[in-house]
Amino acid sequence: MKVLTSVFLAGAAIAVSTGASAGTMEDVAGKGFIQCGVSQGLPGFSNPDESGNWTGIDVDLCRAVAAAVLGDASKVKFSPLSAKERFTALQSGEIDILSRNTTWTLVRDTALGLNFAGVNYYDGQGFMVRSDLGIKSALELDGASACVNIGTTTELNLSDYFRTNNMKLNPVVFEKADEVVAAYDAGRCDVYTTDQSGLAAQRQKLKDPGAHMLLPEIISKEPLGPVVRHGDDKWLDVVKWTLYAMIEAEELGVTSANVDKMKGSDNPGIRRLLGVEGDGGKNLGVSGDWAYNIVKQVGNYGESFDRYVGPKTPLALERGLNALWSDGGLQYAMPVR
Amino acid sequence: MSEQSQDYTTGQHPDLPAPITSTGVIGWARINLFATIPNTILTVLAVLLLLWLIPPVIDWAFISADWSGQTRDDCTREGACWVFIKVWFRQLMYGRYPVDEIWRINLAYIIAVAAGILLFVPGLRGKPWIGLFLLAGFPIIAFYLFVGGSFGLPDVETPLWGGLFLTLVISGVGIVASLPIGIVLALGRRSKMPVVRSLCITFIELWRGVPLITVLFMASVMFPLFLPEGMNFDKLIRALLGVMFFSSAYMAEVVRGGLQALPKGQYEAAQALGLSYWKMMGLVILPQALKLVIPGIVNTFIGLFKDTVLVLIIGLFDFLGMVQLAGTNPDWLGFAIEGYVFAAFGFWIFCFGMSRYSQHLEKKLHTGH
Repeated sequence: MKVLTSVFLAGAAIAVSTGASAGTMEDVAGKGFIQCGVSQGLPGFSNPDESGNWTGIDVDLCRAVAAAVLGDASKVKFSPLSAKERFTALQSGEIDILSRNTTWTLVRDTALGLNFAGVNYYDGQGFMVRSDLGIKSALELDGASACVNIGTTTELNLSDYFRTNNMKLNPVVFEKADEVVAAYDAGRCDVYTTDQSGLAAQRQKLKDPGAHMLLPEIISKEPLGPVVRHGDDKWLDVVKWTLYAMIEAEELGVTSANVDKMKGSDNPGIRRLLGVEGDGGKNLGVSGDWAYNIVKQVGNYGESFDRYVGPKTPLALERGLNALWSDGGLQYAMPVR
Repeated sequence: MSEQSQDYTTGQHPDLPAPITSTGVIGWARINLFATIPNTILTVLAVLLLLWLIPPVIDWAFISADWSGQTRDDCTREGACWVFIKVWFRQLMYGRYPVDEIWRINLAYIIAVAAGILLFVPGLRGKPWIGLFLLAGFPIIAFYLFVGGSFGLPDVETPLWGGLFLTLVISGVGIVASLPIGIVLALGRRSKMPVVRSLCITFIELWRGVPLITVLFMASVMFPLFLPEGMNFDKLIRALLGVMFFSSAYMAEVVRGGLQALPKGQYEAAQALGLSYWKMMGLVILPQALKLVIPGIVNTFIGLFKDTVLVLIIGLFDFLGMVQLAGTNPDWLGFAIEGYVFAAFGFWIFCFGMSRYSQHLEKKLHTGH
């Protein structure tokens, strides 16, 4: 494994050393579209709809970048990538952005030659139980049996959590996610644990999804965000501020429906964001109405969230950590000024 | 014994029908199903097993199944929900190929099927030309139809290709390319020229020595790292090349088996007639050798057809990949079983078809020696 890792890192290093190109901004402007790496289907994050278009919050981020840079959110081409090939695809220049539920870690940020442009979804390991058990908190799970995937960080996090809280754990382990869900559905364990977004998706596979509930506790950190190549600061800035603009728009109450009206607003924050005042766009190297295009064509962060993973979708995820900082969440955009 | 032979008069006797217990359904069942006590027990158990298995399956797949509707709410979930397949059918068949351009795929299918049917018409002249067209002309037509960008057809990029269409493209290219390359490699491996021989051996052993999944993975992940920045081969072409080389290495060994099975006398007879190497191979050796290894060749084809699902690992969505992808839509979570059953049925049709065709070929080419 060590050899494999070093070979991989060496490969990555080669890619990094050859990767000092003219700059993604110029490339994108030249070819007229953005090549965006997405997952091979993760419900609500990047999955196709019935007519074959990619949808989801990861997809929306790429569309927003296209709106900011090219003025047209539809100028994106998507490359579905497996977990193993995603970083190579970015390093080799096959894609411009990797927006594929990728966890921000130290190794990836440094040794792999990547840069994370922010966090568009704070995920974390959660618990699902049957509603009729009457459990309201994970701290009441002493002695419970838990269905979990074998050999994953999920399993380790679970035993850590139970040990630090002095609770007794009966793990019931399986190899495949579908087996875990089936076992939980058949009543072989009291609680099912995996990442929260995954829990929401797997819940739809249960016989009676309504009879189950997610517990509020999150026991691990999985910050997921868009990734770009290391050493291309201009492009990093664009992707980073695209995400911030979506969050800032929500904070200022600018939506795709009212953005035209908001252009005439007296609020200096809104005027700066939409390019009526100041030259934020020029400094970024994009047109002055970059954020207007994002909100108009894609929507603000909250709209995107509600459209694909929010309470009204089959996934029914609460905002939780992904609420705005002003609502007690972690989504906090740096000031656009 | 002696008493019997006294009653028995010599001479002609009429043929009596076989006793009822050894003819018809009863006789067949007695011989095949209830011949001995263990045999009888096994038969009873097998019948019970089938009675236990089949009714629920039929109930699930047909009686309680939901056939009409547009959304998941139209499914009662008591049986299979074929609405899922119905809604996603176009994508399962063609991937994300633009709707307005799908006629191009269908046209290619029609050409291929029409030429294939002509091959079956008995007594039709010019069959070799049709075969040649299918192997050499059709791929070129199909290429221009699928890729577009010329003859006024809009360009369709390969990332949009998918579903059963992509499965057929990958396996079709693998099948059409692997046989000629495999034959050349097999001849090269038995060549007396040391350089040719060692080149062929190296090629075959190299590709045969690594799993297909590694080949695909190398083609998709490592290969781009060695190219200069900005230079990118199409991912599908990389995968196709990998599949082609891989299957031709296997094919080479199958063909070599046939070459070795021919008695040495055939080679010597051909040489004694003064035939050149290529004439000897083309007229005497290969027609016999290939006929011998039809089951092996078709076996490789079927294996290749099923191996194409591995392209999922490099982000291409073949038939099975598309089924899985459709199941990740939040509105359609939890219909994996229907999808897999449908995919299994689709694969079975093609593999069974290939197998029947090979049996037909074997019978037709059987010259009774």
